Amino acid sequence: MNKKVMAILVPVISVLIALAISTIVIILIGKNPIDAYSALIRGSFGSKQAIADTVIKTTPLILTGLAVGFGFRAGVFNIGAEGQMVMGALIAATFASNFGSLPPLIAIPLTMLIAMLVGAGYAAIAGFLKAKTGAHEVVTTIMLNSIAGNFASYMVNGPLKVSSGTPKSPEIADSAQLPVLMKVGAIEMSAGIIIAIIAAIIMYILLNKSTAGYEIKAVGFNPYAAEYGGISVSKNVVLAMAISGALAGLAGATELMGVHHRFLGELSGGKGFDGISIALIGQNNPIGIIFAAFLIGSLRTGSNEMQFIGVPKHMVMIIQGIVIFLVAADRIVRTILIRKRVAK
Amino acid sequence: MYAVEMVNIVKRFPGVLANDHVTLRVKKGSIHAIVGENGAGKSTLMNQLYGLYHPDEGEIFIDGKKVVIKGPRDAIKEGIGMVHQHFMLVDTLTVAENVVLGSEPKKGLNFDLKRARKEVMELSEKYGLTVDVDAKVEDISVGMQQRVEIIKTLYRGANIIILDEPTAVLTPQEVEELFAIMRKLKSDGKTILFISHKLHEVMEISDRVTVMRLGKVTGELETSQTNPKEIARYMVGRDVVLTVTKEFHEPKDTVFEVKNLVVKDNRGLVAVNDVSFEVKRGEIVGIAGVAGNGQTELVEAITGLRKIESGHMYFEGKDVTGFTPRQLREQGMAHIPEDRLKHGLIKEFEAYYNVILGGHYKTLFTNGPFLNHNKIFEYTKQLMEEFDVRPRRIEHLGGNFSGGNQQKLVVGREINTNPKFLVVAQPTRGLDVGAIEFIHKQILKMRERDVGILLISMELEEIFSLSDRILVMYEGEIMGEVRPEETTVEEVGMMMTGHRLEEARRG
Repeated sequence: MNKKVMAILVPVISVLIALAISTIVIILIGKNPIDAYSALIRGSFGSKQAIADTVIKTTPLILTGLAVGFGFRAGVFNIGAEGQMVMGALIAATFASNFGSLPPLIAIPLTMLIAMLVGAGYAAIAGFLKAKTGAHEVVTTIMLNSIAGNFASYMVNGPLKVSSGTPKSPEIADSAQLPVLMKVGAIEMSAGIIIAIIAAIIMYILLNKSTAGYEIKAVGFNPYAAEYGGISVSKNVVLAMAISGALAGLAGATELMGVHHRFLGELSGGKGFDGISIALIGQNNPIGIIFAAFLIGSLRTGSNEMQFIGVPKHMVMIIQGIVIFLVAADRIVRTILIRKRVAK
Repeated sequence: MYAVEMVNIVKRFPGVLANDHVTLRVKKGSIHAIVGENGAGKSTLMNQLYGLYHPDEGEIFIDGKKVVIKGPRDAIKEGIGMVHQHFMLVDTLTVAENVVLGSEPKKGLNFDLKRARKEVMELSEKYGLTVDVDAKVEDISVGMQQRVEIIKTLYRGANIIILDEPTAVLTPQEVEELFAIMRKLKSDGKTILFISHKLHEVMEISDRVTVMRLGKVTGELETSQTNPKEIARYMVGRDVVLTVTKEFHEPKDTVFEVKNLVVKDNRGLVAVNDVSFEVKRGEIVGIAGVAGNGQTELVEAITGLRKIESGHMYFEGKDVTGFTPRQLREQGMAHIPEDRLKHGLIKEFEAYYNVILGGHYKTLFTNGPFLNHNKIFEYTKQLMEEFDVRPRRIEHLGGNFSGGNQQKLVVGREINTNPKFLVVAQPTRGLDVGAIEFIHKQILKMRERDVGILLISMELEEIFSLSDRILVMYEGEIMGEVRPEETTVEEVGMMMTGHRLEEARRG
C-alpha cells in the first residue's frame, strides 16, 4: 500500500479504534456513550466560546508538535521542547515588558524573534554537544529542561517577581500582545493560531521544497550516506536542533503574547512534552501535526463538558493514550490494514 | 535415496513471493550447489530447512521421512547444521567453548572443559579441520572461524550441512582448504548444501546444481554435464558474457596520488600503514586483499570520509589532504562505495532524490534555495533509461530496488558526474551475473574516456580481468605491485596472506 495513504490511514484508524475501546469503557462504567461523546463534541465545538477555547488550546500544541516533528525528520529526538519553550517565553517576556514605546508592527515580530532565537540557541546547545561529543540529545535536552524550569522558577520568584500570589513576571507591553481575533466573554482568541499555521506551512516548504530540507532529511534518514554525498552531518544536526528549538520558542511566544501576557509557571505546562505525542500522531508531517494538535486540543477542551454528565474527564486521557500507543506501534494497525486487503 | 527433499515450497513475505513452488532434491552423500542472484530465494529456502522460517505451503522430507521443522532445535535433531554467512561465534570464548556452547558436556553440574577439548580435537582431526582449540575466537583468522562453525555443526551430529556463501570471506588458498574439507565430509557420507554465486567454485566442487531465479527453480543440472555459461543463463534468463575483454588503452598523466598515507580504524588502530601509489588517466589500478586488511579505511580516507593521520593526497598535482567529501567531488572525484546501503543510498528517499545526492546543491537541480523538481525528475528519467534501472519508476524508494538496480542507480549517479577520478569499491558484491556484466562494461567505458580508476575488490577474478596494475594489501600495507598478465592467482594469493612480492616470487 502506498506509504502516503498509510501515513494518513494509520492515525485515522487509530483514533477510530481508540474511540471504540473507550466506548466499551464508558459502557462498563454504566454511562451512555452517545451522551458522553455528544457532551465531548458540545464542549469543544458547541458554542463560540467552546470553539475559541479549542483553538487556544490547539495553538501551542501545533507549534511544539512541529518542533518535535521537525527534529524527528532530521534524526534528532528533541525532548527539550518544554525547556526551549520556557526559556523563549521567559526571555521574551523580560524584553517585551519594556517594549511600551515601540509600535506593535515592530514590538510583535521582535518579541517573537527573541523567543525563537532563545529557543533555537537553547536547543542548539544539545545539537552542538551531539555533533562534537556524541552526547545523546535525549539525555542533554532532559537536563536542559531541568535547568530551564528551575531558572524560570528562580526568575519569577526573584528578580522578575511582581506582587504576591502566584509567581509571575510583569505584564508585557500592550504593543507586544497579539491582536485578538475573537472575543467571547472573558475568552480572547488571539492571532496565535494563524502564526502556528504559517509555521507549519513554512516547515512543509522547507522540508519538501528546499535544498536545506533535502540535506536535513538525508542526515535524518542515513547520516553515512549524507556524509558520503558531501553533506555535513554535524552542521545539519545543530541546524535541525536550532530550528526545532525556534519552533518551541515560538510556542512560548504565542502563549506569552496571545494568552497570558506575562510569564508564569504554568505557561508551558507540559505542552513541550505533548509535542512528542502530537508529532507521533501527525506522523511528523506538518499538516498532519495541525490535525493531531487539533484533535488533542479539542479532546481536552471537551472533557470538562463530559465531566458534567458524570463521565470522568480522564476518559480523554484514555483515548489519547490509545491513539499514541497505536500510532507508535503502527505495525499493529498496518497489519490489520494489510490483512483486510489480502482478505479482499 | 534423498537426504533432503523439499517439495513445492511456497514462502510469501508481504509483497514478495520469495519461494514459488520450489522443489529441491538432494542425494545423500553429495555436494549440492544452489545458485542464483541475490533475492532469488536461496537463503529463504535454506532458512526454512533450518527452521528459521516456516513454509506457507509444501513439505519437507529428511531421509525420506516427512518432518515439520519448527525451529533450529528441530533441524539439529534431524541432523541438519547450518553455517551462516555471518558467523555466530562468541569472540571472547575459546574455540572449544564455542563449539560446545548450548550442548556442553557436564561433569555433575559443572562444565567439563577437558571432555569438550577432547571431543573438538577428535572432530578436528577426523575431517582435517585444523583449529586451535584453546585460542579465543577473536584472535583467529576468518578461515579458522569458519572451520569452527563447521565443527559446531558436526558436534551437534549434523549429517546435512548447509554452507551459506562460505567462500565470500576467504582467500584463494583458504577456499582450496575449504573444498578439501568438503570433499572429506562427503566421503564420510555427509550431505552438503552449498550456496554460492561464484560459478567456477560451483563447477569445481558440486555434484549437482539447482539454479534459482526470482523465487523459482529454473534449472536442475548435473555439474559434470553443464558449464558456467549454461548456469548463468538459467540464473539471469538470458545469455551473458562471463569474461570481460579489455582493449589496450595507453594511460596518460597522473590524476591522483597518495603519499605515505596513514589512517586509523574505528578502534584507533593503524589500518592503513604508509601507503603510496598513483593512478593515471585511463588506467584501472586494482587493490586486492582479504576483507578487513585496510581497504575500507583506505577508500574512506581517499574519499574524505575518514581522517588522515599523516601523509598526503594529490589531485591533478594539487594537495587535497583533508578535503571534505564535497570539496573532493568538486575536484572531479566520484565514489562508488562498497556498502551501497550504508553509504551509497538513502533507502527512504525516492530514486529521484537518490540520484542527485552529492550534486543536489548544484544549479543543475536547484532554483535559488529550492530544489527544481521538474529538472530533477527529467534527469532521473534519463539516468534510469541510460543505466537500465528497473522498475523504471522515479518515485520508487531506494530501499525497494533489488541489489543490482540499487547498484545501477549508484553507478549511474557517479558516472554522470563526469569524474576525472573514480573510486570503485566492491562494485559487484552480491550482484547476479547479468548486473556484474553491466557494471564491468561501465567501468571499462570510463577507462576509455580517460578517467583514472581505483578498483577495490575482494573478487580476484574481477581484479584480474579489469585492472591494468594490481596492488595487494595486507594488514594495511602494500605487499607489492604486479600486472595481471605477468602474475598468477597463486602469487597474488600469497601476497594476500602477508608475503611480499619478492617472497611470493621465490615461492
